[in-house]
Amino acid sequence: MNITKNIHEWLFSLMPETTASIVEMVLIAVVYLAIFAVAGLYLVLLERRVAAWFQLRLGPNRVGYQGLLQTMADALKLVSKELTGTLKADKFLYNLAPYFVIVTALMAMSLFPFTKELHAFDINIGIFFLIAISSIGVIGILLAGWSSNNKFALIGAMRSGVQTISYELSVGLSLLTMVLMTGSLQLSQIVEVQEKGGWLIVQGHIPALIAFCIYMIAGTAETNRAPFDLVEAESELGAGFHTEYSGMKFAYFFLAEFINMFIIASIATTVFFGAYLSPFGITENIPLLGVFWFLGKTLLLIFLMMWFRWTFPRLRIDQLLVLEWKYLLPLNLMNLLLMALMVLLGLTIQF
Amino acid sequence: MSYFSDIYNGVKTLLTGMSVTGKYFLHSRKGAITQQYPDNRDTLKMFDRFRGEVVMPHDENNEHRCTGCQKCELACPNGSIEIIWDRQVDPETGKKKKMIDQHIYHLGMCTMCGLCIEACPTDAIKWAQNFENSVYDRAYLTRVLNKPGSKLMPGVED
Amino acid sequence: MDTTPIINNFKSEEYQINMGPQHPATHGVLRLLLTIDGEIIKKVEPDLGYIHRSIEKMCERDSYQQIVHLTDRMDYLSSHINNEAVCLTVENALELEIPERVKVIRTIIAELTRIASHTLWWGVMGMDVGALTTYFYGFRDREMINDIFEETCGARLTMNYNIPGGLMFDIHPNFVKRTKEFIAHFKTKLPEYDLLLSNNIIFRKRMEGIGILTKEDAISFGASGPVGRASGYSCDVRKHHSYSAYDKVKFNEVLKTEGDTYSRYQVRVLEMWESLSIIEQLIDNIPEGDFFAKTNAVIKLPEGEYYQKVETARGELGVYIVSTGTKNPYRMKFRSPGFSNLSLLNHIAVGGKIGDLVATMATLDLVIPDIDR
Repeated sequence: MNITKNIHEWLFSLMPETTASIVEMVLIAVVYLAIFAVAGLYLVLLERRVAAWFQLRLGPNRVGYQGLLQTMADALKLVSKELTGTLKADKFLYNLAPYFVIVTALMAMSLFPFTKELHAFDINIGIFFLIAISSIGVIGILLAGWSSNNKFALIGAMRSGVQTISYELSVGLSLLTMVLMTGSLQLSQIVEVQEKGGWLIVQGHIPALIAFCIYMIAGTAETNRAPFDLVEAESELGAGFHTEYSGMKFAYFFLAEFINMFIIASIATTVFFGAYLSPFGITENIPLLGVFWFLGKTLLLIFLMMWFRWTFPRLRIDQLLVLEWKYLLPLNLMNLLLMALMVLLGLTIQF
Repeated sequence: MSYFSDIYNGVKTLLTGMSVTGKYFLHSRKGAITQQYPDNRDTLKMFDRFRGEVVMPHDENNEHRCTGCQKCELACPNGSIEIIWDRQVDPETGKKKKMIDQHIYHLGMCTMCGLCIEACPTDAIKWAQNFENSVYDRAYLTRVLNKPGSKLMPGVED
Repeated sequence: MDTTPIINNFKSEEYQINMGPQHPATHGVLRLLLTIDGEIIKKVEPDLGYIHRSIEKMCERDSYQQIVHLTDRMDYLSSHINNEAVCLTVENALELEIPERVKVIRTIIAELTRIASHTLWWGVMGMDVGALTTYFYGFRDREMINDIFEETCGARLTMNYNIPGGLMFDIHPNFVKRTKEFIAHFKTKLPEYDLLLSNNIIFRKRMEGIGILTKEDAISFGASGPVGRASGYSCDVRKHHSYSAYDKVKFNEVLKTEGDTYSRYQVRVLEMWESLSIIEQLIDNIPEGDFFAKTNAVIKLPEGEYYQKVETARGELGVYIVSTGTKNPYRMKFRSPGFSNLSLLNHIAVGGKIGDLVATMATLDLVIPDIDR
């Protein structure tokens, strides 16, 4: 990328090396932050429009062309709202919780390879880092529920703890199944393997497909979305863990949910569907189109998650655990074994 | 083996559900049931029998059909109608006759039961199909149905 | 010697939470005082009275024509059937001969009301268990019925179409056409209800085997309507104490024996099919004639006590009038189905999770103004 290279050289010519690299990092962080704040807002809009189309409605279509500025207006409203709180809340934790959730959500974003060059942070334990980061978010939810001194919020928070700890296993194991084929946790290398031998979901055929299904289910649960939205469970707990939050603090929780959804879909895109690679390599000579393919695949998976949400009823808390421990986990372990055998015997499809 | 057939059946029913919502998603353009209300004011027509509010029709000579018999006032279950009347000399016959001064209707209390209109022997009041009744002050909801200076249509007797 | 008592830090402790009066699952202003151990319900105490309007006392003030419109405000989802109950009581007391046309029209509209009520319930039921889309599909079908009501009766919800002696006015010329359109439409949509929700594995797992009400309990708690019939208690007033035109039509009383939440759900869905068949049998055979029987302008019931029960969408509604021969009733009492059905909530919800309580409550199909009156 020429622009980034130019800025890089300009910065390093301007000031000493340490300062320059720090400034560069901050710049990248700010750019990412801006992009994902906007992306989060538009995901909210997308969700609302998609929900409306599922439900024979029109959805927000008044603010701006086809409602494109609706979520901006909502965000503006939320910024201007009063931040209320409960009297006996643990003030420090109560205020900390939303930042915990949003920061962890944003941290994970830096890892994804949008094109070969547009890749901010290519760490060699990429997948591991992603799983680790996404499970920190639940601490924010637990803190929020516990500190707001509300029984409904507490029930929601405890449910969240139970749910995330359980489904973390499935997310990890299903990704591990795919890592068996790539032999690396680094995201750039995972993509490289797919560049040579086709998307991993094709390479790994049956076990990869099973792993994908399990990953999507567990991923939906990880983001606390319906049918696994027991944490919020509108008809049971009112609003669950964020009952006592208002204004921008509530908006952070709300935004984090959508960014988490984007993260889950992005991981699936990277690991199963070849990240920025185009199908059959049709646009391989235009690298910048990689962003298009990456976002396209991600949005398709996000749409799938929205489809789940607007079709299925919610599970009960014990059924949620039964699904994980009796169905997903044993299947996942079997699948891991199957994949290991396949890799050992060389049964994967290679192009 | 029921373990695997459970999974199979479960996935099948879930996919069936998704196909139903998916079908509506694909037809979302023409399937929308939303009424974009303030925009469709021109085309939105209420049914003739819709009970919006009670009105008293006047003809071009500013004459109404209310004789002041107070049957509507009696029929009303919650006192939404008050009639102020007195006896005046009828200019045509020269006899003293009951005439309304004001036919007061409290829309704020009305439950739209329609008993007053059923009770009216001279069809002096009827339903209007107006439904935009919100006002900023509840005093506006108290209405005088007969127009100022209006009088009884000749030939209407109870 | 150490005498400090051993504190068991792992002992679970019960706590109480207030569900309602403002809570999405209580559909109105019902307050439930829940005693919970973790997620498990130990006790449910309904607290009533938030929307009490003393309708029974107001009835003692009003004339018999005026009473009718008050009953719209009790169980507002089956307002026509409530009106019919009062009118039937008054007509029976006066020993009026009601034209056949009135009976048939009343029956058709009552069954349409039942379908409207059940479609709304179905949508809300889905919403209570977390499937938000069902709500809009239910409302789409209900909207068609509401349009029929609006065209014929003048109002969508509080119709007040009945008067003692007959109907306020004749049916609208479009009524038959629109009703037939609705039947054709609904017959294609009702199977979708099953595909979307009834057969869904998550829904079935959540509904089956919870909130079990045995037949004995159903009878002793006075359960009626779909709640009673799901437990195998044959309590359909339309069948056993036929009124209006129900003796002229063939329909099945939907009975299930499991008594759990899912069977209550099924009874309501199957009842919609039965209502459709009742309407189909009657819609082409509306007899010609008057739409009301002549009554005095001031109705005075002969001295005595009168009782009439009808089957509303929620169950058995009884109207009891004590008359002293004046134009107002001396005492008026409504036996509302919601009140009896609510009373068994504590009995069937204990031991379940919070999610179960919500699902159970949804299948009881409570309408709070019906309970409080």
